[in-house]
Amino acid sequence: MSAAPLLSVRGIGVRFGDVDVLSGIDLDIRPGEVHGLIGENGAGKSSLGKVLGGYYRASSGEISVEGRPQNRWDTPAALDAGVAIMHQELQLVPALTVAQNVFLGLEEHRHGILRGTEAARLEVLMGQSGLRLDPHATAASLTIAEQQKIEILRALARQARVIVMDEPTAALSKSEIVQLHRIMRALRDEGRSVIYVTHFLNDVLDVADRITVLRNGKKVRTGDTANETRETLVSAMLGSTKTDTLYPPKSRDHGEVVLSVQDLTSPNGTAVQRLEIRAGEVVGFAGLMGAGRSEIARAIIGADPASGEVAVSGRVLMDRSIAAATEAGIVMVPEDRRGQGLVISSPVRANISLPHLGAISARGIMANARERALALGLIDQLDIRPAMVDGDVSNYSGGNQQKVLLGKWLAGNPKVLILDEPSRGVDVGARETIHREIGRLASEGVAILVISSEIDEVLGLATRVFLVDRGRLVDEIDPDEVGEAEVLAALFHHQSVGETAA
Amino acid sequence: MTRAKVFHFLQTYAVLILIAALMIALSLMSDSFLTGRNLLNILNQNAPLAIMASAMTLVIIVGGFDLSVGAIFAMGSVASAWLAVNVDPYLGLLLAPFVGLALGFANGLAITTLRVHSFLATIATALIFKGIAVALSDGRLISVRLDEFTWLGRGRFLGVFNSVWLMVAFALILTFLLTRTTFGRRVFSVGGNEEAAILSGIRTNRIKIAAFAIAGFAAGLASIITTSRVAVGQATAGDGLELQAIAAVILGGTSIYGGQGAVWRSLAGVFLLALVNNGFNILSIDPFFRDLTMGLIILAAVGLSAVGQRR
Repeated sequence: MSAAPLLSVRGIGVRFGDVDVLSGIDLDIRPGEVHGLIGENGAGKSSLGKVLGGYYRASSGEISVEGRPQNRWDTPAALDAGVAIMHQELQLVPALTVAQNVFLGLEEHRHGILRGTEAARLEVLMGQSGLRLDPHATAASLTIAEQQKIEILRALARQARVIVMDEPTAALSKSEIVQLHRIMRALRDEGRSVIYVTHFLNDVLDVADRITVLRNGKKVRTGDTANETRETLVSAMLGSTKTDTLYPPKSRDHGEVVLSVQDLTSPNGTAVQRLEIRAGEVVGFAGLMGAGRSEIARAIIGADPASGEVAVSGRVLMDRSIAAATEAGIVMVPEDRRGQGLVISSPVRANISLPHLGAISARGIMANARERALALGLIDQLDIRPAMVDGDVSNYSGGNQQKVLLGKWLAGNPKVLILDEPSRGVDVGARETIHREIGRLASEGVAILVISSEIDEVLGLATRVFLVDRGRLVDEIDPDEVGEAEVLAALFHHQSVGETAA
Repeated sequence: MTRAKVFHFLQTYAVLILIAALMIALSLMSDSFLTGRNLLNILNQNAPLAIMASAMTLVIIVGGFDLSVGAIFAMGSVASAWLAVNVDPYLGLLLAPFVGLALGFANGLAITTLRVHSFLATIATALIFKGIAVALSDGRLISVRLDEFTWLGRGRFLGVFNSVWLMVAFALILTFLLTRTTFGRRVFSVGGNEEAAILSGIRTNRIKIAAFAIAGFAAGLASIITTSRVAVGQATAGDGLELQAIAAVILGGTSIYGGQGAVWRSLAGVFLLALVNNGFNILSIDPFFRDLTMGLIILAAVGLSAVGQRR
């Protein structure tokens, strides 16, 4: 390749406290390439992206732009050099319009008085880039995909030549991802470079020109996408040759009906006529974003007010509180690990015992030894690392936090386990542990409901899958007969049919 | 020890290090500082504030603020003095903490049923409580020159003021509650992540109400110590105490964001503020510098804890 690198780093290292998040990274970003940055959770891909974008300061190493070493590299310096970063949590002012957001800090003014030219300037910019948005819409009224376009326009308004995108597709639908990839290609064709940090292998394979794989804070290799496949990337990420995650064998030997739900309706749209799950059975929910899958689960466990009947092993729950559901053996591992699952300021032990305080106390006084034993058992069972009962969960990797969360709900030996996005944002190793555990629990006779945005995961784990649309179970499929593509097509079909009917 | 570890250690024990430094400095500068009499006096004078700060710790850990404890203190002062004069001195002492408990309970109910932030709710209830206290006392002082009433604030047991015994007992009970009971665990979880606590089957509103009720009880308890010591009940007693209590809690290192903290920290915070005060008295420095110094110390403490919150 003749093109000199636009942005290059040598020997980059980042330390947080005692932990080396990155060490000895060399990387060149060429003009006009989409450069994929992948690795397991905790491998350092996001940190590297943030260093490149000037958001994190490297503890060692040097950064140069077009061959000129930079002695100062923070966000303003990076922007000056033409490097912009698009964070996973978008940095927009919700109450401002698209145009105001794009030109935030770049407003044309006379002695501090705004000239109000942002909308007109945005039109020019949109014309050049082909990205279209309503300049006068407020940022808050737009979808995440549209808000990302604002961020990209903002980078373009600052003449960015390199845009770092940190996990941009996490909250996007399939069609929005396709569109984002189209934008990336268009940016590349203009000679700009995109650094694409993601954990979706198919996405990088689809759009990237070159891919850099990180493992444990070190670079494994940078290679042309043409030479990579899913399998080669996974084995580079894991460090040993290993094919994609294998799902545990499905238990086909089901017992009595454990969970039985009838005519469940809730004000936020849940309408489930009938759902039964047998002992040892894994049932899956597949649906598009916003299809109301989590709402059904919340209605079942009593997290949201709902009418209808929920019974466990034939006993109808009269008290529809979460505490009563937990008592009866129905528990839910919620989708948002940090928001709904863990108390980040409390240690592992306290997180695991939280729903079971009654069982490990006598007259309100905690039995500390029993609590530690409970936590220790689950740390062992789920291979939680670091294996410390008093460990500070805020320092744990996403995968280990997820295992703590799972452990929290397994601690009460549930009869019915509802898992909402059980492997969202976790590394391949933790994902396998979690899947293996689901298989083991099923073989022990637990009735399991798996909800996941990854259709592949639902199909791989469940023996019966329901398609969910607008809070209803619209279809039941056999995951051994139907493929991922067909499920997706069916979901889009139901969504459009539902829309015309509504 | 890496620099991060040293910093973390400093941050965790900042308040104790400051206390030690101040005690050494004051001992060197004045002979009258490091005497049993002076130290016991400091504890005695600050026992009411320490009791209120201990309970405020629970409120702040649960994720709230209670700006009404000064007004509850005033209610306690007026109620105990009025009962002592008109009914029975012992009943006055006994009942005032429960008046505080009831008012704190009302705070908790207002916050959870109206779903307003405790900061706003307790500004409003503080005005209400204070208004009731003014109306009850008719805006006058209620003087109670009865030995049956003043023994609590003035007397000693085994050579140590009753107030100090009460403070120690109350702080120990709250520490036990917070660290050894399921209630304490729930307090930490509600403040740390309310949504996670709700999904764990915890009735978070009850926990919040209980925390505010305890803060109210503590204000009532603190008020009888002061009222019986000065033998006067008045509606202006307790003005500004709520801010001092909150300042002490934060100075001690309890997180203002909730979910983390300890009762001993608040006691240390009270003691640190008291030492600064005492130092100014002993060295007879212009009181103007006292407020200035206190303000700077609190600012430094808040800044130090905020550094850890980033990243």
